[in-house]
Amino acid sequence: MGLFDKHLAYRDAYKAIQQAGADPFTVRFDAVVSPTEGVVDGRPTILLGTNNYLGLTFDEKAIAASVKAVQERGTGTTGSRIANGSFEAHVALETALAKFYGRKHAMVFTTGYQANLGVLSTLVGRGDHLILDADSHASIYDGSRLGHAEVIRFRHNDPEDLAKRLRRLKDVPGERLIVVEGIYSMIGDTAPLKEIAAIKREMGGYLLVDEAHSMGVLGATGRGLAEAAGVEDDVDFIVGTFSKSLGAIGGFCVSSLDDFEVMRVICRPYMFTASLPPAVVASTLVALEQMIAKPQLREQLNSNACRLYDGLNALGFVTGPAASPIVAATMPDVERAIAMWNGLLQSGVYLNLALPPATPDSRPLLRASISAAHTHEQIDQVLKVFAEVGAALGVIDGQKRATA
Amino acid sequence: MCRGRLAFGMDTVTDLSLREIGLAASKVLGRTVEVTHDTHIGRDLAVDSLALMNIVMELEDAFDISIPLDRLASVETTGDLSKLINDLRTKA
Repeated sequence: MGLFDKHLAYRDAYKAIQQAGADPFTVRFDAVVSPTEGVVDGRPTILLGTNNYLGLTFDEKAIAASVKAVQERGTGTTGSRIANGSFEAHVALETALAKFYGRKHAMVFTTGYQANLGVLSTLVGRGDHLILDADSHASIYDGSRLGHAEVIRFRHNDPEDLAKRLRRLKDVPGERLIVVEGIYSMIGDTAPLKEIAAIKREMGGYLLVDEAHSMGVLGATGRGLAEAAGVEDDVDFIVGTFSKSLGAIGGFCVSSLDDFEVMRVICRPYMFTASLPPAVVASTLVALEQMIAKPQLREQLNSNACRLYDGLNALGFVTGPAASPIVAATMPDVERAIAMWNGLLQSGVYLNLALPPATPDSRPLLRASISAAHTHEQIDQVLKVFAEVGAALGVIDGQKRATA
Repeated sequence: MCRGRLAFGMDTVTDLSLREIGLAASKVLGRTVEVTHDTHIGRDLAVDSLALMNIVMELEDAFDISIPLDRLASVETTGDLSKLINDLRTKA
């Protein structure tokens, strides 16, 4: 017996995927030259799986701020904020985030994953109830395991099932924290937040929305689904990330609840990790400003999302319920999902291969994330490649190619 | 005598939840599944974590209970699951 014996089933499955072509989990880019273009095995490749929704990774002002920060403040903070103190930019970023969301408090974490880990394990404890959407991100599930609250799942995007769970808890002591996501990362669907907020109002509890994929994407000013659904007052906590629309790395939580700041001395994933390096904080601050100053990026993103979504549907691919910057095409089986992913990569299109059990309904997906920086020509090229590879593998009816 | 009757009662309750576990697993997995007290959920039923969650949701509806995820951590066999369901129903 060895330590890895219990994982042998995964090893065998992984080997089978590797034997089918390139390894989707270790793709190496020789170069990334813009938010939408890279080089793989010497081939120019359209990047369609980067969550770089606003294309801000190459924003000139953000890069300049980052360069200045690294020159003036060094490459890292080499410790956590409670031990080593904060740099002025950490505080400035928190102030900017609180102002953007119109909340009293903001706390920055070193990754989005850690934001969920920290917040969920701290807000609710023994005797409390954490009520999660079943399709929640791994960081939410892991956060639920780090804390000591009772964890209950409700059916994905099903407000009535949530209400049923809360009714079962009637007269049971303890706080309730409901957790949903603005945009779900696998197929790009949004939570029915208006209905969920109404249930929260009626039955009590707190509501946390993870806007990781919806920040800068939804809402008139980019504050996410809570803004788009008009229920910001019902949302007690917003968690988000800098690694998607803001083009860097890091996570945050904002709230107007009193005593929020106590988390800084009890939230372990905040306390026991080195804080974000100056260069990252600097670019994030500028990216936030750019996101606010340029609503046209959001319009361009949504227009690009529709172009890809409508195009894939016209070709006969099975996609999610609505156009969103995440467009996922459901594949009939794992074999063809892997073959399709390889075919796309060889034809210069990189996106994400998502396999069960990380996908809803145990169906394999090819997951594309669109950017405001994609040109119409790039999207049309992607559709052309999807049509060719999809027809060759029998994923779609080849006849539709001519009319698409 | 009293102990015997209690044991009989418990078995009946367990049989009911075992039967429901079998039905829920069959529905989620799309194949007929027969379970006993000692059926190992991961090994014998070849159930991954996601399918187990979906089976649990079916059972939650069948018994009108919520089964907390943290309590599932110690469940290995269908007998364990049946006992957990019965504990939660008794509490309710």
